[in-house]
Amino acid sequence: MAASYPDDLKYHSDHDWARIDGDSATLGITWFAQDQLGEVVYFDPPAVGSTLTKDQPYAEIESVKAVSDVVAPLSGEITEVNEGLADSPENVNEDPYGDGWLVKIKLSDVSEVDDLMDATTYEGSLS
Amino acid sequence: MSRYTSATDADRAAMLERIGVQSIDELFETIPEGVRLDRALDLAPGRPEQEVFAHLRELASRNVSADDELSFLGAGMYDHYVPALVDSIISRSEFLTPYTPYQPEVSQGTLQLMFEYQTAISELTGLPVSNATLYEGPSALGAAGFLARQHHKRTRFLISRGVHPHARETLRTMSAGWGIEVQEIPLRDGVTDADALADALGDDVSAVFLAQPNFLGAIEDLEALVPGIKECGAIAVCSCDAMTLGVLRPPGDFDVDIAVGEGQPLGNRLDYGGPSFGFFAAQQAFLRRMPGRIAGETSDADGRRGFVLTLQTREQHIRRERATSNITTAQTLNALAAIVYLSWLGRQGIVEIGELMLQRTAYARKALAGVEGVELLHEQPVIREFAVRLTADVHDVIERCAAEGVNPGYPLGADYDEFDDGLLVAITEQRTREDIDRLAEVLGRAVAGARRARRPEEVTA
Amino acid sequence: MSLAETPQQRDRAKTIFEKSQPGRRAFVAPELDVPEDPDALPERFRRKEPPRLPEIAEPEINRHFNRISKRNFDLDTGFYPLGSCTMKHNPKLHERVAALPGNARLHPAQAPARAQGALQLMYELQGALAEIAGLPHVSLQPSAGSHGELAGVLLTRAFHEANGDARTKILTPDTAHGTNPATVTMGGYEVVKVGTDDQGGVDMDDLKANLDDEVACLMLTNPNTLGVFDENIEEIAKLVHGVGATLYYDGANLNAVMGRARPGDMGFDIVHYNLHKTFTQPHGGGGPGAGPIAVSGRIEPYLPRPQVVRRDDDTYDLDFDRPKSIGRLRGFQGNYGVFVRSYAYILSLGGDGLQEASETAVLNANYLLARLKEEGIGEHLPVAFDRLCMHEFVLSGAPMKKNLGLRTTDLAKRLLDHGYHPPTVYFPLLVDEALLIEPTETETRETLDGFADAIAEILREGAEDPEIARNAPYTTPVRRLDEAGAAKRPIIRQELE
Repeated sequence: MAASYPDDLKYHSDHDWARIDGDSATLGITWFAQDQLGEVVYFDPPAVGSTLTKDQPYAEIESVKAVSDVVAPLSGEITEVNEGLADSPENVNEDPYGDGWLVKIKLSDVSEVDDLMDATTYEGSLS
Repeated sequence: MSRYTSATDADRAAMLERIGVQSIDELFETIPEGVRLDRALDLAPGRPEQEVFAHLRELASRNVSADDELSFLGAGMYDHYVPALVDSIISRSEFLTPYTPYQPEVSQGTLQLMFEYQTAISELTGLPVSNATLYEGPSALGAAGFLARQHHKRTRFLISRGVHPHARETLRTMSAGWGIEVQEIPLRDGVTDADALADALGDDVSAVFLAQPNFLGAIEDLEALVPGIKECGAIAVCSCDAMTLGVLRPPGDFDVDIAVGEGQPLGNRLDYGGPSFGFFAAQQAFLRRMPGRIAGETSDADGRRGFVLTLQTREQHIRRERATSNITTAQTLNALAAIVYLSWLGRQGIVEIGELMLQRTAYARKALAGVEGVELLHEQPVIREFAVRLTADVHDVIERCAAEGVNPGYPLGADYDEFDDGLLVAITEQRTREDIDRLAEVLGRAVAGARRARRPEEVTA
Repeated sequence: MSLAETPQQRDRAKTIFEKSQPGRRAFVAPELDVPEDPDALPERFRRKEPPRLPEIAEPEINRHFNRISKRNFDLDTGFYPLGSCTMKHNPKLHERVAALPGNARLHPAQAPARAQGALQLMYELQGALAEIAGLPHVSLQPSAGSHGELAGVLLTRAFHEANGDARTKILTPDTAHGTNPATVTMGGYEVVKVGTDDQGGVDMDDLKANLDDEVACLMLTNPNTLGVFDENIEEIAKLVHGVGATLYYDGANLNAVMGRARPGDMGFDIVHYNLHKTFTQPHGGGGPGAGPIAVSGRIEPYLPRPQVVRRDDDTYDLDFDRPKSIGRLRGFQGNYGVFVRSYAYILSLGGDGLQEASETAVLNANYLLARLKEEGIGEHLPVAFDRLCMHEFVLSGAPMKKNLGLRTTDLAKRLLDHGYHPPTVYFPLLVDEALLIEPTETETRETLDGFADAIAEILREGAEDPEIARNAPYTTPVRRLDEAGAAKRPIIRQELE
């Protein structure tokens, strides 16, 4: 699958994306991040109800030979985690912006969205 | 040339030329002058193999081994019979000389033996997941403590005084920087004081450590002790004796979270204390927090069944400062000895050997209780080891027995001030009824002799 | 490539549990020769169902383990240039002396008076190790390198606490073996990474910037995992001691410097040895090993308990009377069986032989490096630091990836088809597509030439058709294995009915 960075998403320098929906957001890792990791074998989600702080790691994601922190692009409270990844962690590689989503949060400070990059800026930052 | 190298003068000349330097010294020029060793090492020069062997043989001849005396010494390592089959298999080059299986395609022998060993330990302990060994018993218990410390940020460990003294001390040493207080739970009548444990439990307790059987040979009532531990959310760790698990209910039966133990009795030599191995088995929930190597099943590009090191992201080479442990070396060769031994004992054999030890231990305990000057230290059920008290100086008694070629057991006073008149007696399948009768006889003579010789002001060592 | 299977490939893996048949057995239990006591064990303690160990007779057990052994590549059989592992020959004398009943059948709790041979052996081994490292006080207790590292960190803690000075951080280079930072965490300290300069040594500016009075210790390997001897070591020691911290030596690479330089003379306070690397304990497929430590006078009081000592009457003993000791890190005295082998090795080689072993190790590594710099190899696998190496060196497979589309892992897997164990791959992390190569001193020039020729051939083949190496190996008992699948759905024991 070729590199892609959908226009409708916002991006964080630690290679996470956010899909904003009012005062909620869905979070995940970008194509670049999953390519660096290799085949994802395990995602250890935090508990529903726990708090994310922008720029702080909130979970770990593992491939066979690497472990990576997942950094929160925005602050908020977890409302849902992607249970499907327990059986199919490879969704993070195959569909990083769709079935490979990690968590959904209720934002605590919508203004933080302004600090994120758009697709063009993020993709530019990768070279 | 030194022993085991092949570089002749001709080799050296050709190689130096190819490298593009004039001398070996040039290869070491990168070492600053200030730290160069400007003299030879102050060690005797090398000796031929024949001389080295003669010297080692002489040293070994000054050790009184279990072949040289009738031994009832236990205290965590035991004189079980190791079948010749084990020696034959572990001396194979293919098992003895390879490294950790980092290239699995050429390490299927090692990986499969690890997988089989893990299966055997899981079966013995009744817990679903096992690693492929830790160094030995006490440090395996310490590793369980580290898991608990990383798992939840609680600040107290409770450890029964019945746990092996070396394991208790190891836990204290290892936990020095963990911000955790280690609290000991006393014994009563030879087993963990259940009331004292209940009083000590609280929601700040990270883990509780018990032993089954305990160091005094007593069988603990895990069914009564474990529920309270689980209720306060602490991790229940049980150090057990694998050789008793054919007969005793395993830790898995009692919802114990982690089972550890000293693996030496399973097909490994005494070797003056090492190398051996520690086993570590746990409930499924702890799989990703387990220390040590783990072999897992998979398939190859053509669909053939194979084995690989798995869940390596737990380990130091990947997770570094967040690893579940710093451990790299496993005790793979010792695990091989164990799985060969357990296959040789087999499903029936592990039960039979346990029953045999149980009956002979009961017989031995009765026999010694009948010896003048010997009393039982406790009357709890025992299975392969028991403790008595002597009305004479224990060290004097041991020396007198030694003079008759008998090692009557371990002096408890070495580790338990309150039992400085105590002796721990181990019975393996190697100790026959005749041996036990001889022990009773020799011990009786030794106690009587020591009592006669005792002077009022004599201080026990 | 032929699609025919080798006999080993056709031989599908079956565990010993799957070869079990009810009623088969090897063990013959001794007769019950005592009266049976039905009350010996209360029913509530009794196991209801025996553990499902295999039921199998000796010939089949023997065949099973012999067959699977042949699915291993081993050092006795072939070249094994794993960097950082020191895969040198395991002398066969050592098995004979370790098996002497006076050693193998000696109980660890035997009274010292009746274990004088063992205690003398340990005492003399301590002395030899002290001379080799240049630090006077040795404990043989730790069971492996990582265990020795943990001892070192705990000794550091005890030392600082005794001075009323609790510190919080330990520095490790970014080239460090993963055990170093993992050990720091186990010791209750925070890990701080120190960078590497373009010569392959510690970045002195980064070190100075990170050294303060919260630093308990700097852990170093010298030569380091890049095969480079850090020429700034004297200044590093001065700086570290200047802030009152200890300097710890990871002895994994000791094989490079025996008789030429000693960590004690470089200023290290604590050193660990890997007896299964430098001192020939067979690797056993991953263990056992031993990781003794040597320390300077100021650290000595904190050494683990017991210590092996020689008393005034020239007898040997275990000394438990050590009030400042950090305590124990394990049961009994340590891996004595490993000490016997290392002792025999040191006696066999002597001071002269140990020095020659290191010199030949460094000679062999530089020779192999020179061969691998040749045209046809060097442009695809350049050395990471272009200088003379010590006992090992690092190549980067990044150009090979770019030029030929082959990764280091593909080269490694294709080497298996040539009958070599690959070098260490993807370590150290600092070098892209790393290959860490350590031939050791016990290999001949012909073996090194053969290995270089095989690499050249694989690269030539790769230039013509990279797919071959990408799908290697072809001739091993199993072909490339699915590690991701094993991690996703871990199956770590045989399922039984």
